Amino acid sequence: MSDSEAHVAGDEAGLDVGFFMAWIDRAAEAVAAEKDRLTRLDSAIGDSDHGTNLHRGFTAARAALQAKPPQYPGAALVQVGMTLISSVGGASGPLYGTVFRRTGKALGEAEKVSARDLAGALADGLAGVRKLGGASVGDKTMVDVFTPAIDVFTARLADDASTADALEAAADAADAAALATIPLRARKGRASYLGERSEGHEDPGAASAALLWRALADTAPGGAR
Amino acid sequence: MADVKLVGVVLVSHSPKLAEGLAELVRELGGDQVPVIAAGGMDDGSLGTSYGRIERAVNEADQGAGVLLLGDLGSALLTVKTLLDEGVGREAHAVLADAPFVEGAVAAVVTASAGGDLDAVRAAAEEARQFRKL
Repeated sequence: MSDSEAHVAGDEAGLDVGFFMAWIDRAAEAVAAEKDRLTRLDSAIGDSDHGTNLHRGFTAARAALQAKPPQYPGAALVQVGMTLISSVGGASGPLYGTVFRRTGKALGEAEKVSARDLAGALADGLAGVRKLGGASVGDKTMVDVFTPAIDVFTARLADDASTADALEAAADAADAAALATIPLRARKGRASYLGERSEGHEDPGAASAALLWRALADTAPGGAR
Repeated sequence: MADVKLVGVVLVSHSPKLAEGLAELVRELGGDQVPVIAAGGMDDGSLGTSYGRIERAVNEADQGAGVLLLGDLGSALLTVKTLLDEGVGREAHAVLADAPFVEGAVAAVVTASAGGDLDAVRAAAEEARQFRKL
């Protein structure tokens, strides 16, 4: 199948469980490749374990999906969430775990979901993590990345963009938002103890969130490069 | 007194040694009737908080009068909140205290040993925030 055919099929037929498993595969590879950078960012303002912890979590999540392949997209994301919660060890486990679990629950038991369904479900996931961690936009956390990425994804879909184009724009917004955490002062997590000394460093959770969005965009039908 | 059910206490820390050391201390202060269970570290003994360990500790601490959880730092509390949100500990009536780890654990265990109910044990732990040390 050519890219353009895959693109059309993807948009019309919806996203199936294979798409979500491919996303997690790609995310696990991205986290593995960027593990040292994430840990380096975390050593500046955190406890130097973000890369290692996420690598352990996504490796476990990928292995769990392969060991027990889920039947539908929602089940895949709930399973990823539960694996992250139980395997990561640091704060990013329950936080990312909640994002995936809540997004998966919102997708329900449909065998295929539309990009708009996914955007709505991700908004549920974001609401869940905001409630759990109590962070708002500007607190120098993953919320700073998820919020504009979901907004852009949703807005582009409303403008009839293809799934791949909308996700590409969302991933670009996520990258920009991660870099925009550099001047901010942390108000949540360990970095918040540093006060103004947390300024001038990219937030590791924001950086890893941007990786997940890029992995999602690259997994989109017709979006893989 | 023998068959009075006491509130259980679970101590969640990133460090196995910190959780076990605090459990040892409060058992000494609160008598050996209160089930005090340490849930520190990851399953391999490294620093972190383990969902599975906390879940098992809640079940172990449950005598039927409820279970109070205390955590040391951010991610320990996030893990407990996520687990409670999942419905873990619902049958055990597990609740999380917003309390200092050491003083809260002491207040909770002393109150539990006197037969205080879950609300009283939680309130005692949370009031420990007001303690002045000097």
